[in-house]
Amino acid sequence: MNPRLIRWLLPVVLAVLALVGWQLLHHALPPSRRFLLPDLMRLAAAFRDHGADLLSAARYTALAALAGFGLAAVVSVGASLLLASSALVRAALYPYLMALQMVPVIIIAPILILWVGPGAPSVIIVTFLISFFPLVVNTTQGLLSVDRAHLDLFRMGRASKWQELFLLRAPAALPYFFTGLRISAILAPIGALTADYLVGSTTGGRSGLGITALIFSSRNEIPGLYATALVGCVLGFLLVAIVSTLGWLALRRWHDSYAGDHK
Amino acid sequence: MPLADSNPASPSPAIRLREVAKRFSSSGPDILAPLNLDIAPGEFVSVLGPSGCGKSTLLRLMSGLDAPSAGELRLGGRAPAQCDDLAYVFQDATLLPWLKVGPNVETLLRLRRMPAGERARRRDAALTLVRLADRADAYPRQLSGGQRMRVSLARALALEPRVLLLDEPFGALDEMTRDHLGEELLAIHERQRWTAVFVTHSVAEAVFLSSRILVLAARPGRIAHDFRVELPHPRTHQLRRDPAYLSLVAEVSDRLRSVEPVETAA
Repeated sequence: MNPRLIRWLLPVVLAVLALVGWQLLHHALPPSRRFLLPDLMRLAAAFRDHGADLLSAARYTALAALAGFGLAAVVSVGASLLLASSALVRAALYPYLMALQMVPVIIIAPILILWVGPGAPSVIIVTFLISFFPLVVNTTQGLLSVDRAHLDLFRMGRASKWQELFLLRAPAALPYFFTGLRISAILAPIGALTADYLVGSTTGGRSGLGITALIFSSRNEIPGLYATALVGCVLGFLLVAIVSTLGWLALRRWHDSYAGDHK
Repeated sequence: MPLADSNPASPSPAIRLREVAKRFSSSGPDILAPLNLDIAPGEFVSVLGPSGCGKSTLLRLMSGLDAPSAGELRLGGRAPAQCDDLAYVFQDATLLPWLKVGPNVETLLRLRRMPAGERARRRDAALTLVRLADRADAYPRQLSGGQRMRVSLARALALEPRVLLLDEPFGALDEMTRDHLGEELLAIHERQRWTAVFVTHSVAEAVFLSSRILVLAARPGRIAHDFRVELPHPRTHQLRRDPAYLSLVAEVSDRLRSVEPVETAA
């Protein structure tokens, strides 16, 4: 059997098995606890009843995730160039960069609400903060991980600092940048959803999946919560797929890990 | 065997070292003892010696990648950093994996901001010399190790150098490929007559390629023997079975052994 087909089929088979297991477990639970794992039919009904709401919330969260993620990607390039420029700059800034990642979102959220107010800008800022760190760490690493012999080659060619940056360091950093993008692509939709829950606006039609989850949870609508989680996952997969495709397009010709023929 | 560095009559050597020494810290030992050396234009000089004798250091000094701690080093009268006609071939091919073969050969020309037309002319000429003109659009990962080294050679030749420094360029290749590349390198040298300094671990390779062989001794690095290789040109693979060649290989091996510290000595 075609190994590519197997790689696509395996997760699908696993999903079917999980759903069957879910349904069996549902019936195995005592009737008073069955709400913990809702009947798959009721999950389907949740999609039917709240489909329009979920879709509009998903669109809102997707746009916020894209905006925060895109902003992080752009800013991380500039920040990485700065960090890679000197060991002193790195020593000075790196602790604060880590601190930025260490402060929990639940502490940033109320501060953001005070500064910016609830709504899209705050959601985008939180998403940005969550996506930024893996990007800047990986890209900086890439800019610094240049082969010594390549640096000697450029020195022999009396390359200027700019030539070294654009003709050597930047292309060498590209695979690292895409590694950062792939990690952040997983984090960004979760970030946008969580941010929406914490700092989103509740005014009609301008809320995302976080607010949706908040509403379902306040109403104890467990199937609705599961449905929201599934939609969030789909967003994550979509963003990862987009980023992986971009990475493949950019690197497949020269980088072994993307070329896929394990040469 | 006459010692070349006892011959100051040479009018303008391609490479001239006067009391050149290298140490890596001011209190540390000499990696290279003060040494004097003249290499005439068009000479093909191989440098042999035990590990750690400073072969590669010597080459890096000539290239300007490192500066000598003392003494004077001149390539055609200028300091290495001022030479535009100097090329270096590294131990590994050091091609840029994101560029196709053609742009890889042009890399150093681009750094010099050479016009595209002139770049293309030199790229095509260099790739033809190493017989890879048909692979200009391949990526390095699609090439064999030997082909990659040929591209690396083409990149150096595209500079149209007068001095070519080679740091064990064929060391990572299998013996067959290594012999082939050596023969091709020699054929190109016979047409272009640049001055070559070739660092190697292989006595046979050194004798086959060179007009002159330096054997270095270690701690501190110094020139222990300086041979002329009086074998006829052009040299082809038949030479590898020639008794004169074989006896020279044996003789150089003996000299090398005499300077090589015994590894098992406690």
